[in-house]
Amino acid sequence: MQQEVVLALLAKEPSHGYQLRARLRDALGPLGDAMNDGQIYVTLARLEKAGQVAVERAPGMPDRPDRKMYALTAAGQHRVSEWLTEVSWPKPDLAEFHLKLLAAAAAHLADPIAIVDAQRRELLRRLRDAQRAAMAEPRESEAALLLEGIVLRLQADLRWLEACERTWTKRKASSRRGQ
Amino acid sequence: MSATGNESMLRTRGLRKEYGKEASLVRAVDCVDLDVPAGETLAVMGPSGCGKSTLLHLLGGLDRPSAGEIWLAGERIDQMSERGMAALRRDAVGFVFQAFHLMDELTAVENVELPSLLAGRSPRAARRRARDLLEQVGLADRARHLPSQLSGGQRQRVAIARALANSPLIVLADEPTGNLDSEATLDVLQLFDSLHQTGQTLVIVTHDSRIAATADRLISMRDGAFVDDTRLTGGTVGNLSALAGLDG
Repeated sequence: MQQEVVLALLAKEPSHGYQLRARLRDALGPLGDAMNDGQIYVTLARLEKAGQVAVERAPGMPDRPDRKMYALTAAGQHRVSEWLTEVSWPKPDLAEFHLKLLAAAAAHLADPIAIVDAQRRELLRRLRDAQRAAMAEPRESEAALLLEGIVLRLQADLRWLEACERTWTKRKASSRRGQ
Repeated sequence: MSATGNESMLRTRGLRKEYGKEASLVRAVDCVDLDVPAGETLAVMGPSGCGKSTLLHLLGGLDRPSAGEIWLAGERIDQMSERGMAALRRDAVGFVFQAFHLMDELTAVENVELPSLLAGRSPRAARRRARDLLEQVGLADRARHLPSQLSGGQRQRVAIARALANSPLIVLADEPTGNLDSEATLDVLQLFDSLHQTGQTLVIVTHDSRIAATADRLISMRDGAFVDDTRLTGGTVGNLSALAGLDG
């Protein structure tokens, strides 16, 4: 689990690890199910060592992770504010696929259109999963909003595949005429 | 050879539609063999001009093929008389179009009951059926609104209710979400999903990948012919976690 995410979850108020877990579950819906419960405690331990999280143990209780109360230190607070203003966006690796098509066509190793078709089927499969998961969530929920983002990105990728297919179909036709 | 004896709700063999002559001959639909089992939701996808709308028009009896055969529920329909075709379109097929095609001067409930009235049902029965259907599409409270007073998504839901008025054997939809925003698209998807649950056979022509992805089966069409026919079985949400940036 990304450290900044865990820190940000603590920004509102000090919490137990299981409370953070529950908040993530609401925010991620079915996507949160794949998460390992232990991850959050591993991340919290690292943040404690780094001095960005302070731990308070409940008095008279056995020393178990789920009894601990976690809070942001000043350093943790600072890191959260920096993270919130940072602009970052995951980059899809389009160049690799693009170069794969170029190489396949140039060396006559494979039909670029067949590669596009296989890729499209895979993306449609993922889109199906995302769309079905989105339909199962309550409309205005946090998880539905995240799933909507996944659906829209997949649709954008599928549109690009259409463009790939158009171009490679034309190239194939013109190289055939050229022969 | 008997026309019956298969389980397909819809079946075509060697279906063809040509326009023009000789050098300018265009095969909009080129030798299509199709079997749609009862209860299946089939999506046909392809770039514009690939012939998918023409195919849908042939399947619904809106147009006649140049060659080939079409059976609906075991009955051959491509050679029917004009009269038979009109009855077929009214009773056995429900159409949903991109531009909704509602009657502007009729209210939602009047639009939905129209096919039942044309089929000879009593006004009372037609109205009752229309009200039930509007309820089913979540628009019971909009029954007396004119189309102009409804959003695009609501108009399309009225159009879907109308398509169901005579309990058709098959619903044919041509780009049903083409004019809708993301939210309204989701409404239509959910509605199609609930129709699917009730066993309705659906054929949807679209280039909206959302619809295509949620269908039972997806056919890709290019230059009038089928080039791919896949069943998209569901994977796991695990793949999606990676897409959301949640790997590890």
